[in-house]
Parts: sequence; structure tokens; C-alpha cells
Amino acid sequence: MSKRFTVVGQPLPKIDAWGKVTGDTRFADDMVLPRMAFGKLLRSPHAHARVRAIDTARAKTVPGVYAVITGADLPRVKFGILPVSQDEEALCTEKVRMVGDAVAAVAAVDEETADRACRLIDVDYEPLPALMSIQESLAHPEVRIHEYGDGPNVHKNVALQFGDVEAAFAASDLVREDVFFYEGNTHLPMEQHAAVAHATADGKLTLWSSTQTPHYVHRLLARILDMPAAHIRVIAAPVGGGFGGKLDPFAHEIAACRLSQLIGRPVKIACTREEVFYIHRGRHPVLMWIKTGFTKAGDITGCHLKTWLDGGAYGSYGVASTFYTGVINPVTYKMPVYKFEGARIFTNKPPCGPKRGHGTPQPRFALEVQLDKAAEQLGLDPADMRRRILVEPFTKTANHLTVTTIGLGECIDKVVEASGWRDKVSRYRAAAEVDAPKPLWQPRRRRGVGIACSSYMTGAGTAIYWNSMPHSGVVLRADRSGGVTVLCGATDIGQGSDSILAYLVAEVLGLDPKDVHVHPADTSLTPVDLGSYSSRVTLMCGQAAIQAAERLRSAIFKAVAAKLDVDAGALAMRERKVGVPDDWEKAVDFARAVELGEAMHGVLAFAGSYAPPKRAGKYKGGGVGPSPCYSYTACVVELSVDEDTGEVELHDVWIGHDIGRALNPLLVEGQVEGSVYMGIGEAVMEAQVFRKHVHKAPSMLEYKSPTTLETPEIHTMLVETDDPEGPFGAKEAGQGPLLPVMPAIANAIYHAVGVRVDEIPITPEKVLKGLELKRQGKAARVGPDRVPLFTFKQPLVVESAFGAPAEAIAVRPFSDTPS
Amino acid sequence: MNIRLSLTVNDESRELLVPVHKTLLEVLREDLDLIGTKHGCELGECGTCTVLVDGAPVLSCIALPADLQDSDITTVEGMADGSRLHPLQQAFAELGAAQCGYCTPGILLTAKALLADDPTPTRQRIREALAGNLCRCTGYTKILDAVELAALRMGQRPVRAMT
Repeated sequence: MSKRFTVVGQPLPKIDAWGKVTGDTRFADDMVLPRMAFGKLLRSPHAHARVRAIDTARAKTVPGVYAVITGADLPRVKFGILPVSQDEEALCTEKVRMVGDAVAAVAAVDEETADRACRLIDVDYEPLPALMSIQESLAHPEVRIHEYGDGPNVHKNVALQFGDVEAAFAASDLVREDVFFYEGNTHLPMEQHAAVAHATADGKLTLWSSTQTPHYVHRLLARILDMPAAHIRVIAAPVGGGFGGKLDPFAHEIAACRLSQLIGRPVKIACTREEVFYIHRGRHPVLMWIKTGFTKAGDITGCHLKTWLDGGAYGSYGVASTFYTGVINPVTYKMPVYKFEGARIFTNKPPCGPKRGHGTPQPRFALEVQLDKAAEQLGLDPADMRRRILVEPFTKTANHLTVTTIGLGECIDKVVEASGWRDKVSRYRAAAEVDAPKPLWQPRRRRGVGIACSSYMTGAGTAIYWNSMPHSGVVLRADRSGGVTVLCGATDIGQGSDSILAYLVAEVLGLDPKDVHVHPADTSLTPVDLGSYSSRVTLMCGQAAIQAAERLRSAIFKAVAAKLDVDAGALAMRERKVGVPDDWEKAVDFARAVELGEAMHGVLAFAGSYAPPKRAGKYKGGGVGPSPCYSYTACVVELSVDEDTGEVELHDVWIGHDIGRALNPLLVEGQVEGSVYMGIGEAVMEAQVFRKHVHKAPSMLEYKSPTTLETPEIHTMLVETDDPEGPFGAKEAGQGPLLPVMPAIANAIYHAVGVRVDEIPITPEKVLKGLELKRQGKAARVGPDRVPLFTFKQPLVVESAFGAPAEAIAVRPFSDTPS
Repeated sequence: MNIRLSLTVNDESRELLVPVHKTLLEVLREDLDLIGTKHGCELGECGTCTVLVDGAPVLSCIALPADLQDSDITTVEGMADGSRLHPLQQAFAELGAAQCGYCTPGILLTAKALLADDPTPTRQRIREALAGNLCRCTGYTKILDAVELAALRMGQRPVRAMT
């Protein structure tokens, strides 16, 4: 029986939409406080150098300068977002490891003065050899970027094996080995990072920042500044785009805090666009080797994946990123045995980290292009082949991840149908085989279609620091006015988390979302939410909000039941009233019901908590990958390739997404469309690359990203599977739909012109190179053909859990609801 | 060196004394507290800071007010008619065309100039008009939809306020 909802499923405007269309929304850089000073960071021009001395004397004499600080003015603490990678300093004291590392900071009366003072800071650097690629870092173990890790310049080395892949390959009809490369790219949020710190005379400190994770910033600031966390308040301002780029504690935030403490004024540091390119923490460049066995029918017999990640200069989320290049792969298709080896290498470039899809777009590209190649060899339709081998719902994968619902079959059916796949596959292929000569002045363009699928987590099953507390909390307070206030640590980065909280509370309490006041992301007011990452917020905050609202509802029902002399179980809430559905004339207004509740119970404030079910695989490394549920996506791309210029023009993208339940279809579509767009940018344009140690394109003009003209029509189709783990059945939408876009484009290009570009981004140069090889009668493939000489760890061998039934109802902490 | 500026901003006359090298973006945000105008690059590359000068879209981060004496400037704060939102603002809110909302003011004003020039633009014309405004959240789809909806409504009758 289908559930009936009043708010859920409605295409409502976001609750903060009005502020955003009127200019009322205050982002971090819009914050102005009386007596506020402006800060600036001095950043290293060297990719790798020892810092011999820093002389700030000249800078301090500039009129209007309040303070100049270096690392010596901060406690000697190294920090990092992951407990296992504490390798950063806000202001480097001994060594800089990349161009852009901060070494000093200035606070002054205005930005220009701060900038002028920065130029008068004398830093004595002793340059060291810079290692700018995986190959260089491995070839020069005598040059050490860091002193820790799993080997010289090796940050992390992991190897996991689930079952015997060699035996599986031996029993296969077809075994493919392919090598792929995925270049790094960056988030490019429209808002540059900014922070305002205000240390007050009572010894307390408030930081407003464009951050996706006020809680982690709060924890780390206490350590970095060596002061009690209880005296620090971190408020996430509305974030002008995150995509994972605002998930670490940053030098500008820490320097603003320290400067404010020293000068007794609020301090703002707003980064320039160029600085944002160096702050980075974006997509890792990853080299991949993938070997997969197939039966004649297209079943996967086993898969062995090796990944080498170019991590950049610091750890950041890199250990998690390394695991993520391997662990999510078995969630989509039946993969009975699986082996994964991964290594993250330090280089003297801005650190990579968690960009949308975190570590999974790269191996997804490899797997989906390889499937396309296998389908061709086996004479199978690539859509049908995928459709046949989908993971069964409510089973475990080889690497012990629990899959609940899976709507991927329906997603494939929808995109195949809507795109006219069957007709186009044969028609365009036939056209490609006819080599009709055309006059030179006519563009030679060929059309193609390509398909790919993917899956993604709806929230990481474990927190960044090990603990048994909730991942998300909500405090709900009912007001005698009939309004309800939600306090929740969730950070709205544009995805609509504030709105989701309002919708869910309104749904449970029979209110209009307008009656719900949401106060997010303030460590002094709101219960902890871990942050806007891993597509966790709708599910985790949503479940916490529902729990709090149900507790409030129970309390109000009890009071109204006494008043109306009915059984509390007979009551319902809707249309801002509380009453018995069959006797609705007697229903009392919600505001009156709150008064009755307050008279009976005292203040009506209730908490809700959520932590994911404990399903981590019982092996070391099993904590990365588990999620309450996985979203699924299928994508068909239609494009044409200009054979003279190598340019790819995208025409249409059809994308089917298993959302579990669309709490607001408008917002879900928005997430899907934004993901597709970002995937297109990665596929054909964007690259975070370096020349002579500096970023090759550190501006919005040089770093090419899609405009309205390059972004095709995106046709979104939602599939609802009503997942038992999600709030009212919902899964994620913010990251998963990006994943199939790049391989679908690569596969469509092959379909159009017969060229395999096994490397992202697929630039016109690479397509032309492939066409030239084809003309010469050689293999029309462009991409890497070798892998580094590298010894992975002895793999941890664990039995494959493939196909084992999932617990039907997982035990979830804090899930008891008083009746 | 300071310069005396005379500007009409959102239908109000403003007299200002500002350093001659200050950009229009800085004057709007810092001297007039009109923080609705955002910035994404301050190099004239992303379109975020777009405002209207005498009805035409201008990148305020590379415009010098000294060149704009006595001109008529519209920022996002000047789009609504009192408490009645401009149909573009209404449509952007209703259709989810603003996600993080950071690029939204610049896009709204660029679209306003387009609709003044062409009240019934094709989707391709809207794409061309907005090609200089980057948005990283929406994939542009809902933005194009919202401009189309606003154009449709402006061609018909005044929009009722949402309740």
C-alpha cells in the first residue's frame, strides 16, 4: 500500500529560496562586524622548500597593520581531518610542501594594507627538489615530502582480497586487462572560501565560515589553538557551493582566529579565486589497472583492481579516498570475487581530497568503459548486459557491504526507452561504418550513444573519528504560537538540507513547512551533525528529525487525548490541527494542542538522534564503504564528434536515478542535473594540472568549465524504491548521478567514431589522436599503457560474502521511540 | 585620491566620495551595503557580480564607478517592486533555480536585461544570454526553465504573491 503524504513528494520551493533570489542571504564574506580587521595570508612560491627564517619586522611597520603572525605564534600542533593523517600546519614552520602553503598572516585596517604588508615579509627558503607526479615521487625515495606513511612518499598502501580472483579468471570465457587514467580536477565553487573570527574579551571565540563541516572544524580548532572546545563557537554561514571543497580545516580560518585573539578585533580573511585553486582538496588523479573476467553470457566472474592516487602534499581525506577507489565497485553488478590494491602517493601539489563522488568516479570510469569493451567482444548489447548482472536486493557484496533496495533495473529500462537507445545503437553504428566522403567544407560529424551505470553511498557508515555517538542530532521545540523550531548541526551548501528538515518535521506534525523554523550549523546551539559529505545529510538528519517530531507528536497526542477524552492512538495531525480523523470537527488547532501539551509536560522540547546500522565488515578497512543504503543511477548520453576538430558536442543526457523516495522531486532533479553537469565538465574539459610547479589554469577563464552553451538538455527520471533505511524511504541524490556520466560519454564517443579514449578529460586533441591512429590502421586507443613499478602490501584475505542475505531489519542505534 | 560620485542605485540618488580605483563591486558592497551583489573571481570571468548599468549587464568587478557618473544602476536588491518580487525572482524560487544561490543575483539581472530586450526568447537565446554566468550547482536546467516561466508570466499578467 502506498503511503500518503502531504508535504513529502511535493515540488515545494526551498525555505531559503526567497533569501537567495532577493540578495538577503548572508554568506561568510557578506559578514561585517564593527572594528573588523582584514587578514591576508602569505603563501609559498616554492613547491618544496625548507623555511630557514621568517622576518616580519618590515611588515609590522606598515601603517594600518595590526599584527603579523607566523607559525611561531600558534601552538606547535600538526593537524589533519583524519586522525591517521595529522600532517598539516596552518602556517608552515619548517617546510613548505606546495606552492600556496601559507607561512605567515597579516591583519590590517583593510585588505590592501594587509596585502602590502605581506609583500614585506622576508622568508628565507632553501628550495628542495619538487616531486610533481606519482612516477617522480616513487623514483626519488631519497626526497621525502613527509616522514610518515607506508613508505617513502607513499601515504597509504592497501590491499584487500575477497575470494580467489585467479581461479575466477581461469574459469572465464573472456578476461580483459585495461589501464585507465583519470586526471584531477577541482570543485570550483562559485563562492571563494571566507571566514570571520571574533575573539571576545571573555576569552571565547566565534568563527563564521564557509565550511561544510562546522563540527570537525570546532573539534580541530580546540586542538590547534590549544583552548577548550567549550569556549569556541563555529557557525557555518550559508555555503556558496561546496562539492567537498570546504570539508577540511583551513589556514585562513585558523589564522583569522589567532589574529583576532591577538588584536582584540574581529578578523575577516576572504580567499581570492587563485587561492581557492591552491586550497583544492579536489579529485585525485588516479591511474588504474583493472582485470575482469566474464562468461559468454556477460556475467562477471571476478575483478581485480589496482589504483595509484596522486595525493598532493597532504593527507586530508586521502586514506578514505584510497579505500573509496576500490570499495564501492562491487555494489552495482554481481561480482562474486574481488581483489583491490590501492596506493596514495604524496607529491608537491595542492592536496587532493573529497570532491563529489569521493574516490569513486575514477574506478567507475574504468569499470564501465571496460564493460563496454567486453560487451562488444561478447556480442552483447551494453544495456542488456548490464541489466542482466545487477546485484540482488538485500544481499551482501563480496566485500561485505549490505545492499538493501536496488532500482537500477528500472533506471536502465527508463533511459533505454526514453533515449531511443535500441534504434540509435544500430542506426548510428551503421552510419559510422559507411565512410561516405564529404566535401571538405562540410563538417564531418558522427553521432553516438553510450550507456553507463553506477551506485553510491547514502552516508558513510562510520564517523571520521571513532565514537559511539549519534552522527546526526535534532532538537525540536514546539512554540505556543504553533510554530516549531528545529535545531540541527546540518550545513546547507545549496543542496537544501534546511528545507528537508522543515519538510520532514511538517510532514510528521501536519504543519506547513513555513511553520517550521530551522536553525542550522551552530556548534553552540545545535546538536552535532557530522557535516555535509558522503551524501549523508538527508538520510541521517532526516531520520533524527523524524524521531524528534514523532516524540513531540506523542507528547501532544497524550495531552489532546486527555482533553478530548479519546485514546491517543486514535489521534492524527494534519492541516495544523490535532484530532480524531472520524470526528475532525472537534480537532483542536496545533497551537492550542501545544498549549495543552505544555500544560501537561512542561516545555515541549524533544531530541532525535541517528546513527547508521553497525554493518562494517569484520576486517581491517571494513569501516570504509558501508552505508545505510546505496543509490543507483543509469545514464545514456547522445553526442556527436567532429572528425576534423575532435570536438565533442553533447546533445542529450537521459539519467534514471533510484532515489528511494523523492522527498521533494524538484530538489532531487536539481541535484541530478547539477551532478550530470559536473560530470560533463570532468569528462571533456576540466583539469587541475601544473606546469613548473604552479597551477596551469588558476582562474575561472583558464580552468574551463561548462557554460549554458556546453551543457546539453538533461532528462531526469526518478525511480522510487522506498528503502527501509531512508527517511520515508529516501536515498541520496547529490553525488551518485555524477558517476555514470564520464564513462557514458567515453562509450558514446567510441560508438560515434570508433575511438577509445581511456583517459579523462577527453579533449579534442585526444580524440584527434585516436582518429589519426584509426586512419593509420592502428588500434584507435588513446590512454596510458603502463603502470608504475610498485609493490602493494600482502593482501588481507577475507572470504567473499557475495550473495549472502542481508539482515532484513538492521539494528540501528538510538532508534527506540517511546510510544 | 578620492572622487565624488553621483549614481542612481535602485532608483535612489546616491552621492559618494570614494577612492578613484575602487570598483563598482566594492562601492556597492562596501560603501552602499548592497551585499546582494556577489563576486566569484574579481577578474571579469564568471559573471557572478553582474549588475545592470542603464539596463545593460555589466561586470561590476571590473567596472570603475568613475566611468559611470550619473548612470542608473540596478542590483538584485532593486529587482522587486516593493514587496512584490520580480517574476524572475518568483520563478527562480519556485523552480529551484537557486541552489547555493551565490550566482543567482548575477543571473537574475542578466536575465532581466534579456527579457527587456526580447520578451519571448527561445531556449537557445536564453542559453546565449546566460553563457557568461557560471553556475556550479544547477546544471543550468532549472535556470533556463525559470527564465522561460518568467517570460511566459510577464507576457500574461502580474504574478500573484505566494502565500
